[in-house]
Amino acid sequence: MIATLGRFSVWLALALAVYGICVSVLGIRRHRPALIESAEGAVFSIFGLSTFAVLLMEAGLVGHDFSLEYVARNASLDTPLFYTIIALWGALEGSILLWIWLLALMGTLVVMIERKRQRELMPYVTTVLLCISAFFLFLAAFPASPFTTISPVPPDGRGPNPLLQNHPLMAVHPPGLYAGYVGWSIPYAFGMAALMTGRLGETWIRTVRRWSLAAWGFLTIGIIVGGRWSYEVLGWGGYWAWDPVENASLLPWLTGTAFLHTIMIQERRKMLKFWNVALVIITFALTIFGTFLTRSGILSSVHAFSDSAVGPLFLIFIGLTLFVSFSLLVYRSDKLQAESELDSLVSRESAFLVNNLLLLGFAFAVLLGTLFPLLSEAVRGVKVSVGEPFFNTVNVPIGLGLLFLMAIGPLIAWRHASLESLRRTFAGPLYLAVVGTGMCWFFGVRGLYPLLAFALSLFTAVTVFQEFIRGVRARRRNTGEGYLTALSRLTSRGRRRYGGLIVHLGVAFLVIGITASSVFKLEQEVTLKPGESLQLGRYQVRFDELSAWQEPHRFVVQGNFTIFNANQKVAEMRPAKRFYPAEQQPIGTVDVRSTMREDLYLVLSSFAKDGTSATVKALVRPLVMWIWVGGWVMILGSLIAIWPDRRRVAVTEAAGEYAVWQPGRS
Amino acid sequence: MTKKTKLLLGGGVIVIALAYLINSGIREASVYYITPSELKAKGGTVPDRSLRLGGMVVPGSLQWEPQTLKLTFRLTDGKEEVAVEHTGSPPDLFKEGAGAVVEGRCVGDGPFQSSMIMAKHSEEYSPPEKGAHPAEHIHQTLVKPQLTP
Repeated sequence: MIATLGRFSVWLALALAVYGICVSVLGIRRHRPALIESAEGAVFSIFGLSTFAVLLMEAGLVGHDFSLEYVARNASLDTPLFYTIIALWGALEGSILLWIWLLALMGTLVVMIERKRQRELMPYVTTVLLCISAFFLFLAAFPASPFTTISPVPPDGRGPNPLLQNHPLMAVHPPGLYAGYVGWSIPYAFGMAALMTGRLGETWIRTVRRWSLAAWGFLTIGIIVGGRWSYEVLGWGGYWAWDPVENASLLPWLTGTAFLHTIMIQERRKMLKFWNVALVIITFALTIFGTFLTRSGILSSVHAFSDSAVGPLFLIFIGLTLFVSFSLLVYRSDKLQAESELDSLVSRESAFLVNNLLLLGFAFAVLLGTLFPLLSEAVRGVKVSVGEPFFNTVNVPIGLGLLFLMAIGPLIAWRHASLESLRRTFAGPLYLAVVGTGMCWFFGVRGLYPLLAFALSLFTAVTVFQEFIRGVRARRRNTGEGYLTALSRLTSRGRRRYGGLIVHLGVAFLVIGITASSVFKLEQEVTLKPGESLQLGRYQVRFDELSAWQEPHRFVVQGNFTIFNANQKVAEMRPAKRFYPAEQQPIGTVDVRSTMREDLYLVLSSFAKDGTSATVKALVRPLVMWIWVGGWVMILGSLIAIWPDRRRVAVTEAAGEYAVWQPGRS
Repeated sequence: MTKKTKLLLGGGVIVIALAYLINSGIREASVYYITPSELKAKGGTVPDRSLRLGGMVVPGSLQWEPQTLKLTFRLTDGKEEVAVEHTGSPPDLFKEGAGAVVEGRCVGDGPFQSSMIMAKHSEEYSPPEKGAHPAEHIHQTLVKPQLTP
């Protein structure tokens, strides 16, 4: 029943997508608003149908309908309800369903919000979004159907991959990442619409700003939460391994970050029009590439790639997208001339240009490093990979350059910054950063890169605080408001600017956390008998005993440890190994004790079956928490920047449907 | 010099610096994949170079000493065997008869000194049966499972 209904709704949605594309093209060519409205109806119907399909899949999962192959592979009678629900994105087919649903949701929102305001662009936007939908619906209808049935019906399923049912963050990480990936379809669709209509002015740029920020924010959530998941589940003590799948999510984030900055230049100075369209095309292609890398397994397993028809289809789709988009871009290049020139090399424009060059260089290095095994095998016939050292050698200096630009960019004047204004803005932060770096040196930080990283993060943080303090002071002088009122009004009058500054502050926290936790990492692995302890940094870790028990869906072996700091008991920690029936090997579960100052991280790496000894790996990593805090600050900043401005909305509504959202005045 | 020339010049300098970084990064961080047969063909040792040696853990060759954390085993590609030495406990998916990739160096004529083990059910040595659960591809140590978004 579920399978039939599910397949029917996917097929119907695919048919509607194709129908929508046809009528929308026809409507555009013959100027028939009724046809265009019908295409918009198709977008809404696809949303309805895909919601229905997702609910059906959830019903199958929760109701343990093992006649569905997907349910039989990814759910089991013993799996807790929570992990059964999120098994929707535990494997390829379900993830594609989630992709489709998210795209349909965003498409519906775009049509509802923008169709009155962007009458010229919207029919094209609808067409492009329907094309993307059609591709993913095709995958779900044929090669990766989530509603395939099996017979005979197994009495129980295999349950989700143990790594995916070991941590609640799995509920946030994949959907966040997918929402980020899918979200970039919308700026891309507007960019294409602008190319097709030849309306390459600032309208499309203004419209996509919020949509891009939203996609960027989701991508940020997905990446940061993914890092945290890796840290708390995979048990190697790190949060980022430059693994192909991680890199795939970083690539569109980097180019998207570049795009968010250069659209400001186009809005204010009518420059970089060609570049902006190119960036949005690249970012979109990278999101599809990310989905492809994540789902095809081309880099971690050659088998999965050749076995499934999905991999080549993705490549064809990416190739087609790039070919069509760049052909259109070249065709329109005469309309993409800049209307003004760079006035000075010491200006915000040039800071943004260099920032773009570095972000693209960063992205290129990550892409090259990720694909290097494939490239070297194809070109030289030798399989060579470049691991973490490559990414660190190349990306740390680029990252430091970006950090420097991040500090100065928002504060340099547009067009031309005078020496006097530079001195006024940066003397204070520079002074504080130098003092802070001196203190870092005093407390034992050595090495050029770590010192520079701390110095530049500090510099950034101080410039951000200085901006807020100056703004609040000015408001108080003029209006006599209290500190908090002044702060909130200041922020709400310039959401874009202050939201952006808060994002930068978050990045500074993030960099401080990454630097400290990498440079001052302590690590020890020893085998202990009950009652013995190990000493690591300030901590004494005592192994008390092993305990073991059976849970409904797994068997658990746990090491009980007591942690002392200067002979004071501070905590009990319980790293474990969990044995899932579907696996021959256990999955380790780490225990982390986090404070703002440092994390103590324990892994039970091995144990004697009679409980007489346990091998434990202990790590102390300072300031890891700052990474997560930095991530949330970045999200907060982007929320502030996205938040609709009440005054402007009111004006837009009063002025009727032809009003265009005004560019930020910051 | 016009602004445009200056701009191009600045951009050029940055691009050259990036190219230099990438080039030196590749030279420093290249890790060559090698099989036990290839290693034996080169006289059993390749000095001064990071290698990734892949193979199946020979059944009966795995020894682990919990007190010293010394792990020794042999890797085979079906033709030749190479002795490997590692310090640390075996990763979760690491076991005899399963595929593993170790990263490390050759030191003299002694065993291959591994600094990192990537345990996996390698498709080359023990292909999963059709429709097998994908978790069997997990690369435990560093690589996330392919099904992890």
